[in-house]
Amino acid sequence: MADLKRKLLSGNEAIALGALHSGCALGVGYPGTPSTEILEVFSVLGGNAEWAPNEKVAAEVALGVAFAESNSLVTMKHVGLNVSQDLFFTASYSGVQGAMVAVVADDPGMASSQNEQDTRSLAHAGGLPVLEPSDSQEAYDFVKLAFKLSHRWQIPFIIRTTTRIAHSNTIVEYCEDKIEPLPAADFNKDISHRVMVPGFAKPAHLRLRQKLAEMRAWNNKEGPNKIIESKSRDLAVIADGVAFQHALEAAPEAGFFKVGMSHPLPVESIADFAKNYKRVVVVEEGDPYMTTLLKAAGINVEDRAEKWRFGELNVDAVKAQIEGNLDFAQPVLKAKPPQLCKGCPHVFSFAPLVELGCIVAGDIGCYTLAAMKPISGMDMQICMGASIGMGLGLRKVLPEEKARKVVSVIGDSTFMHSGLTGLLEMVYNPPATGHIVVVVDNSTTAMTGQQENPGTGRKLDHSPTNAVSIERVAEAIGIQNVKVFNPVREGAQIKEFISEKMKTNELTLVVLRQTCILAAAQLAKRKA
Amino acid sequence: MEDKITNIRIAGLGGMGVLKASLVLSELLFECGYDVKKAEVHGMSQRGGSISSDVRFGKKVVSPMIPEKCVNYLLSLEPEWSDVHKVSLAENAVVISPADFDVSKLKSQKAVNVAALGVLSNYLDIPAEKWLEVLKKFFPEKLHKANEEAFLLGRSSKK
Ligand SMILES: Cc1ncc(C[n+]2csc(CCOP(=O)(O)OP(=O)(O)O)c2C)c(N)n1
Ligand code: SF4
Repeated sequence: MADLKRKLLSGNEAIALGALHSGCALGVGYPGTPSTEILEVFSVLGGNAEWAPNEKVAAEVALGVAFAESNSLVTMKHVGLNVSQDLFFTASYSGVQGAMVAVVADDPGMASSQNEQDTRSLAHAGGLPVLEPSDSQEAYDFVKLAFKLSHRWQIPFIIRTTTRIAHSNTIVEYCEDKIEPLPAADFNKDISHRVMVPGFAKPAHLRLRQKLAEMRAWNNKEGPNKIIESKSRDLAVIADGVAFQHALEAAPEAGFFKVGMSHPLPVESIADFAKNYKRVVVVEEGDPYMTTLLKAAGINVEDRAEKWRFGELNVDAVKAQIEGNLDFAQPVLKAKPPQLCKGCPHVFSFAPLVELGCIVAGDIGCYTLAAMKPISGMDMQICMGASIGMGLGLRKVLPEEKARKVVSVIGDSTFMHSGLTGLLEMVYNPPATGHIVVVVDNSTTAMTGQQENPGTGRKLDHSPTNAVSIERVAEAIGIQNVKVFNPVREGAQIKEFISEKMKTNELTLVVLRQTCILAAAQLAKRKA
Repeated sequence: MEDKITNIRIAGLGGMGVLKASLVLSELLFECGYDVKKAEVHGMSQRGGSISSDVRFGKKVVSPMIPEKCVNYLLSLEPEWSDVHKVSLAENAVVISPADFDVSKLKSQKAVNVAALGVLSNYLDIPAEKWLEVLKKFFPEKLHKANEEAFLLGRSSKK
C-alpha cells in the first residue's frame, strides 16, 4: 500500500486524525474530560475547530453545517449529551444532508465526572446510531466510517468512547493517500425535511424507524463487528468498546462476538453466533444495555449481576464476572485527592464567603474543590449552571435569616455555558430577600486544562476574538448591583460588600476576577 | 521477540511528569518495534493528586490496563503516595524510586522522572542513544542537556 503510516496515538488523537481525513469542515464542542483533546488536536493538525459556549450550541452549529451538505464533528463528555439532547432527539428525525458525527466520551468509574451515565442508553432512546471503538486504530477507522454512514443514511452518528479509549495510546496505521476533500457546501430548499412541526415530524419519525431498521439489517450483514470462534463451545463473550480488550485477555479461549456498532444492535447475527455456545456472557461497561436487548430478543445470555454496572472494568473484573465471583473487590489504593494549586485565586474568593457563614449553592470547575477540607466552602453541586437556580430555590423557601445567607457561586466558563438563563430567572422571579451571585472569574476553563471561552477574548487556537463581558451582560439583564473585585487583593472589600448586600432585598452579581495561575503561565509562554 | 508482556507502571503526583515519562517510554518502545499500549486517567491532575500511568509492551498487547499482581517495574516517583502500587507487583518485580540516584545532583527537581527512566533503562534491552533520541523529541531544546544528565545519572545508578 502506498504511504502507510504507523503512529502511537491516543484515542482522542486518532479521532482528530480520522476527522481530518474525512473532509470534516468544522469541529465544534465544549471541553469535558475525557473528550477535550480531540478538538485541540484537530486544530493543531490544521482542522477548523471551535469551542462553543455549551454542548447544545455546539450541536446546533454542527447540524447547521450538515444541513448545508458539509461535514461536521461535535465533541463532548457524556453529560454534554444531556445538555444537547433536545437537538439530537429531533435531528434524528430531520436527518442531515452532509454528515454529522458526535463523539461522546463516557467516564465509567467517574475519574472526573459527576455521574457515570451510559451514552448507549441515551442514543437508543433518541434513535441515534452508535459506533464503539475498542482501541485507537478503531477510533480512527470508526470516525471515518461514521462520516460515510452518516452521509449514507442521512442521520447524525454517535461515537461512544470511554476514558480508556480516549486516554489510552495504541498503534494506528493509516494511509495518507485516502484523504477525503472538504465537500462543497450548498443549500437546497426542503422544508418538510427540516421544519419539524407535527405535520412534518410524523412522517420524519416513520423515516427514522425505517432507517434504523435498514441500519440494523446492514449491521447484521456487514457491520463493523467481529466474530472469533472458539473450538471449545463452552463459553462465548459478547463485548463492546474497551471491555472487549479486557475480556479477550481474561478469557482467550472463549468465542467472541465483538460489537463495533452497538445501536442498532446486530441482534440476529449475535443470536446466530450465540446458539452454538453453552454459556453466553455479555461484558459491557455501564448499563446492562446489550444484556437487556439480547434477553428481550430471547437470546440465551446470562443475567448480569448488578455489581458490574459500577465503575470501570479491567481484566481481573471480567475474570470475576465470568467466574460469577461476586466477592471480587479491586484493591482500594490510598490516593492523594486533587487540591487547588498553591496561590489559586479561588482560595481567596471563598475566604469571605466562609467567614460570612454563607450557604453556597455551587457549580462545577476547579472551584468545586473548595467544597473539600480545609475550605469546606460549597454546600451543593449537581451539574453545570445549577448554582443560580438552586440558590434561588433555597432563597424562596428558607426562613428569612437563612435565606439571606444563600449565595450562588459559578465559574466564568460555567457562567457562559449555562448561567445566563439562571440570571433571567433571578430577575424575572426575584426571591423576597433578593439574591447574590458570585462569578469566580479566572478568565479560563481551568478544570479541563485551561481552554478559552466566550469571555476570554480568544478562540480555541488562542487567536483574538470578541470578548463577552460578564458584568455588562448582568447589567443588561437587569441585576441591580454589579461589581468587579480582585479576590487576591480585595478580600476585605469583598466581604464588606457582600455582607452589606445580604441585608438588602436587592439582586447582586459580584465578579471576582483574577487569572488562573496555570493559564497565566501559558499566556506568558505564548507571548514569549 | 518473546510472547511475554512486560508491564511498567509510573506513579506519582500530578505535576511531577508521570504522564510525560510514560509518553516518552511508550514512544520509545513503539519505535523499537514492540506492540505498546499505554493507559492512564487524567483530567484533574494539575491539582497535585495521585496519578499513575500503565505502559505494556511485547509482541501483542491486548488490554491497555495492567492486571493485578502483574506490574514488573514500578517507577514510584513520590514514594510516600506512589508506593501503594506495590500491592500490584508481580513476583521479582523491580521498584525504582528517587532513592536510587543522588537527587541532589539533579539541576532541577523536575527531572526526577527522566532520571527514573535512566534507572529503568538498565533493565530494558535498548541502547542509551535511542533513549536520548526519543527523549529529545518530547522536550524543548533548552532542556536537552539537563535531561541527558538526569538520564545518565539514573542509568549509572547501581542495578
Ligand atoms: C455538561 C458538562 N460539560 C462539561 C463538563 C466538564 N466541565 C465541568 S466544569 C467545566 C468548566 C469549568 O470552567 P470554569 O467554570 O471557568 O471554572 P474553572 O475550572 O476555571 O475554575 C467543564 C468543562 C461538565 N461537567 N458538564
Ligand atoms: S488550575 Fe488554575 S483555577 Fe485550577 S486550581 Fe490551579 S490555579 Fe486554580
